[in-house]
Amino acid sequence: MSASAPSMFTPAATAMAAELGLKMGRANLDEFAATLEALAKANPNLVAVTSDSRGSGKLAPFGKILPKQLVEVGIAEQNLVGITAGLAACGKKSFGVSPSCFLTARSLEQIKNDICYSDVPAVLVGISSGVSYGALGTTHHSLHDLAVLRAIHNLTIVVPADNFESREAVLAAAQATKPMFLRFGKAAMFHLHRPGSDFAVGKAITLREGRDAALIATGETVIHALLATGRLAQHGLNCRVISMHTIKPLDAETILKAGRECQALVTVEEHSLQGGLGEACAGVLLQAGVSKPFRMIGMPDDETVPGTQADIFRHYGLSMEGLTETVLQLTESGRRTERTRAQT
Amino acid sequence: MTDHQLQLKAVQLRRRTLQAIFDAGGGHTGGGLSCLDILNVLYNRILNVSPETFSEPHRDRYVQSKGHSVEALYAVLADRGFFPEADLKTIGHYQSHYVGHPTRHIPGIEMNTGALGHGLPICVGMALAGKMDAAPYRVFTLLGDGELAEGSNWEAALAAAHYKLDNLTLIIDHNTLQISGPTRDVMSNEPLDEKWRAFSWAVKIVNGHDYASLSEVLSRPAQPGQPTCVIANTTKGKGVSFMENVAKWHHGVPSEVELKQAFAELDSLEARLREAVPSNLPPAEPTGSQKI
Repeated sequence: MSASAPSMFTPAATAMAAELGLKMGRANLDEFAATLEALAKANPNLVAVTSDSRGSGKLAPFGKILPKQLVEVGIAEQNLVGITAGLAACGKKSFGVSPSCFLTARSLEQIKNDICYSDVPAVLVGISSGVSYGALGTTHHSLHDLAVLRAIHNLTIVVPADNFESREAVLAAAQATKPMFLRFGKAAMFHLHRPGSDFAVGKAITLREGRDAALIATGETVIHALLATGRLAQHGLNCRVISMHTIKPLDAETILKAGRECQALVTVEEHSLQGGLGEACAGVLLQAGVSKPFRMIGMPDDETVPGTQADIFRHYGLSMEGLTETVLQLTESGRRTERTRAQT
Repeated sequence: MTDHQLQLKAVQLRRRTLQAIFDAGGGHTGGGLSCLDILNVLYNRILNVSPETFSEPHRDRYVQSKGHSVEALYAVLADRGFFPEADLKTIGHYQSHYVGHPTRHIPGIEMNTGALGHGLPICVGMALAGKMDAAPYRVFTLLGDGELAEGSNWEAALAAAHYKLDNLTLIIDHNTLQISGPTRDVMSNEPLDEKWRAFSWAVKIVNGHDYASLSEVLSRPAQPGQPTCVIANTTKGKGVSFMENVAKWHHGVPSEVELKQAFAELDSLEARLREAVPSNLPPAEPTGSQKI
């Protein structure tokens, strides 16, 4: 486990992970950095761009080994994105790496125009995303990034859940001919996938089958959803877990399948409830006429509660315990609704 | 092409710029006329780029950061054969890619610009790529002087000097006017030369309508190991007396009467130019005033 980040998991959650046979991996951010370094060694045309963020992006070793392939721009995120775009326009495979809070707010116009509108094959990497920075406060949280980026045309958005998805996302980004945004947290993550699993951008992964409820989660919340389904099984509920790693283009097929097959739906995201995964799923379901008991779990439209990432997850119900409770309430309310319908 | 031939070409390009804005019913007139001679020199004398070589990796790059002066750029690109001149008639039309700011849908355009303060950071990236590849190409960008209030320019100014990007040339269209009035009143930025020198750039100051001076400073980097900043002193609305140095012509659209008046002035300018050097002239092209 990464020494720099406190555990996201309570003893009960850790025990459930053991019961489910899950093994602890490293932070997705570490996996990103290791994958990028390996790719860069093989491809001298690959360039990382950092804004005094090589340490937080775990790219210090990259900079030492491949100094000619790392461009430092200083604390200047607008410049980071502009330079990343210019490098890509001149044939470089450029990865602009900066904390997601700054990258997607201060330099949003550069993302919109220089990368997406100009259509250069650059990759933007939002590191320490969501509430990874915990007690550093709202300046350092990125709970808006998915919402604002979803509204920008010509950008693929991937939020990997574990080391496997992180590695696959970086490999896909290195091959991409269109703009991509990758979002990584820095907490150590359990492995969620068996070796040799399939990964494709735009295709969600169902980690666990079930029909009593489906938890559609993204990024670092997926593990908590999976642990919750372990708890829910003890309550006799078989719940589905979907890792919605690609936020855009959204896998509508998998969402609708879950909507049609499962009794209730819960979306889980380390993001504002405004404009994130939850609202995206709701849009897909409603437009297809699929209506099931539905809850969106994420951060409300309020100043984020102070605390560590684990504290914040627990506060807003993103922990195993909170998600278990949400599904229990929802399935109970679903059953009540069904009983009412049957009686009328 | 001689200075004299470029001057004659500039008259025609000014007509086409004004005609395009008139036809579209909108556009950026004053800034287009102020940077037109710079564009004329770049595309006819400096840039190693043509319609045939535009996809070559070693072509010179030009990114117009002051994207709103796109009609002048369109006129120059059409003249250089990047696309048919008839395309200028479609500016601003439904489903025409000829929108009011540059996009890569148009042959000859490197990057989509229009929001200010974007061109220089992009060009720093392009120049860095050139250095990494030891490529021979140069990178040019054109900024308005009002645009210098955007902070992103100064982030890029630091980086360009830090990385010693002598393959990068910034041209400032220093017409001293912006949409709200004189730049010194809106947000003063003088002394410009000292600011850029303080950022460790090599600075050249020229008359932005003088072909010999422009050619001299743009033909090579000013100083090895330093990016070049060319402060081109220009007149907003250059070439049409009633548009010159008048802020409302920033995006003023001429009426039919004003357009005729402007063309009459350009016709007489052309006549004076032809009179000055009666020999070695290219065949006379139809005048813009005949095209209304």
